[in-house]
Amino acid sequence: MIDIIGKRYWFFLISGVAILLSIIFLVVFGLKPGLEFSSGSSMTISFSQKVDHGALKEELANLGYGNSIVQTIGTGESDFLIRTVALTDEAKKQLEAGLTDKFGPLTEKSFQTIDPIIAKQTSRTTIIALIVATFVMLLYIIWAFRRVPKSFRYGTTFTVALVHDVLITAGVFSILGVLAGWEIDLMFITGILAVIGVSIDNTIVVFDRIRENVRKGISSSFEAVANYSIVETLTRCLNTTITIVITLVVLLVFVGGSIQNFVWVLLIGSIVGTFDSVFVAPSLLVVWEQGEWGRFLHPSRASR
Amino acid sequence: MARRNVLIFIILALFAFSLWVLLPIGGERFGRQGIHLGLDLKGGLHMVYKADMSAVAKGQETSVIEGVIAVIQNRINPLGVTEPVIEKMGADQIVVELPGASITDVEKGRIGRTALLEFGELVGEGETAKWTDALGKWKPATAVIDGQEKELTSQYFKENTYVRTDEFGGVLLIFQWDEEGSKLSEAITGRLVDKPLGIFEGDEPLLGDDGRPIAPTVRSVITTSGQIEGLSRKEATALSKQLNAGRLPVPLALVYEQNVSPVAGADFVSLSLKAGLIGIILVMLFMIAYYRIPGALASLALIFYGALNLAIFKLIPVTLTLAGIGGFVVSIGIAVDANILIFERMKEELRGGRTLGAAIEAGFSRAWSAIWDSNVTTFIVCIILIIVGGQIASGAPVRGFGLTLLIGTVVSMFTAIMVTRALLRLFVGTRLANKTSLFSPYVGGKK
Repeated sequence: MIDIIGKRYWFFLISGVAILLSIIFLVVFGLKPGLEFSSGSSMTISFSQKVDHGALKEELANLGYGNSIVQTIGTGESDFLIRTVALTDEAKKQLEAGLTDKFGPLTEKSFQTIDPIIAKQTSRTTIIALIVATFVMLLYIIWAFRRVPKSFRYGTTFTVALVHDVLITAGVFSILGVLAGWEIDLMFITGILAVIGVSIDNTIVVFDRIRENVRKGISSSFEAVANYSIVETLTRCLNTTITIVITLVVLLVFVGGSIQNFVWVLLIGSIVGTFDSVFVAPSLLVVWEQGEWGRFLHPSRASR
Repeated sequence: MARRNVLIFIILALFAFSLWVLLPIGGERFGRQGIHLGLDLKGGLHMVYKADMSAVAKGQETSVIEGVIAVIQNRINPLGVTEPVIEKMGADQIVVELPGASITDVEKGRIGRTALLEFGELVGEGETAKWTDALGKWKPATAVIDGQEKELTSQYFKENTYVRTDEFGGVLLIFQWDEEGSKLSEAITGRLVDKPLGIFEGDEPLLGDDGRPIAPTVRSVITTSGQIEGLSRKEATALSKQLNAGRLPVPLALVYEQNVSPVAGADFVSLSLKAGLIGIILVMLFMIAYYRIPGALASLALIFYGALNLAIFKLIPVTLTLAGIGGFVVSIGIAVDANILIFERMKEELRGGRTLGAAIEAGFSRAWSAIWDSNVTTFIVCIILIIVGGQIASGAPVRGFGLTLLIGTVVSMFTAIMVTRALLRLFVGTRLANKTSLFSPYVGGKK
């Protein structure tokens, strides 16, 4: 049988490094708030002829929108996404007229504008939602594992696992924010919540098996029981992740568009979540059960 | 054996029913015309207005907002938009969704205008006009009250404007002024006897059924109450609603707008259909390659799952956004998860030397607690997403994802427990059942 728990400190090291990197990136660069959290207008326009990205940016500056973000969409060099401050109908009309004068006729494919009031409200509601969701799920876990001896340990381990997944996923987005200008929008938060759900699902399956095997008393060593349980559930965890990854990759390749970032959150999150529920969360439980932290912190006692 | 056949029959009937509901995709069933597509797929305009309630007395907010919604409804009806949504969000916000509509900026501007009606009199020589219509040039009707010049507007009406019919069958719109309105009206109508009084909303005159401006002629001095004659019933009813809603100045600010051209959305519909299909096929291939016969049965269950799910989307109806389709595709993964949990249990039972029948029953009953536990967290997430999405201006995709994932998860539990099991049981007692290797990978090998 594969010995997973035995290599637990390697997994802790991998997770630790990933978390550390994530925290560094999150602290130094943060996450780029998207339109929904920062307010502003965004429009997708399509020119009837090729337009140079730089020239478009320059013209926007001439029109008084120097801080705008301009992204080319597709490969035609005629479709662009433009992000500006929140535009009124009047200002939008002037902006489009100005661009038409310079670059010829354009069609507006989509337009979105978000007032600062709404952006603030959205941010507040989102934060409340994240806190409530986490809290309710932890309550559920404590309830689900209420009959297990030391259920508090399961609950705490779940929390650590959850923080682990969210931190690393957010960290990856922070890195992508720096490298590729990725922003976090409402769908990012939705993705994070879904990731929390999926990650807890996986951890529940593993812990459920540990719970069952402890009851059966298959071994007096908790480490052995935990390892046995992980191996038993390993194929299930991997196969489920594989099917979810398949569907996500299909979404990414064939749909993309406005849900691209969302799919990436789910993709990164499910992989991190699976890693965590197989390699990290049960190991944490073992370390706690065997009191290894104490020995780790007080080496003198360990040597005794 | 009989019970088993009944179950199979029910499943087949349900499958046929789902297909009947679903096909053709655009067809009508139970009054549902095709699958509802969200604004991001169909194109259209989505706006959120925030009402400035500072002038509204405590306790009246709800009725005032409802009045404003009625006014907006009146403005949207002539645009000919199919299935517009106009509803309240939170305490002071109004959501307006116009699917598939492309409206002009002027029409858009009209939707969010303050519901206040203003009254005008014809301008004299050399006076500047505020409004010009088929009847002439108008200026606001004003009078000096307590040393201040004030305009006569709908804010001076009492709430009880109503329409009735007189003994000759004529339609009368009965109204009452409040205290200040009475003084204003007395001064203005006193001056305007036998002259028309124009009614304006923003920059536009109020138009009657025939497209001509409504401008009743003042018959006598009106103090506390009066009546307007000569309107059609439709005009009178519409005007009375507008007067009731326009009593209070509630300026609306456009705080959120999303406008998608129908062309931009159309690409995504075919792309997502393709994604859904390819996703299902790939997952099936994986399941069959790994779990063999159970995998093939789970694939059949997955087809059933897809049809039932989409049929439910059509019947509720669920408005499918891009994110909602994402939720559906992700739920395919979750639907398979329940099967995987069960098959893994079955595999263990088969390894333990049980017969196929016993392994199936044990696999299902023992996997149940894990399936249930792991879906509960998904339910919690989905319900929170649905609630939160409904409270945020740009929350439609969040709500859509939550809703499709929730429906998908519930349906997936049903298909995994009922359909896959019923199909597997068909094999019990057949010759194939003895070849356990067909039912599980690596059984009978080492270990």
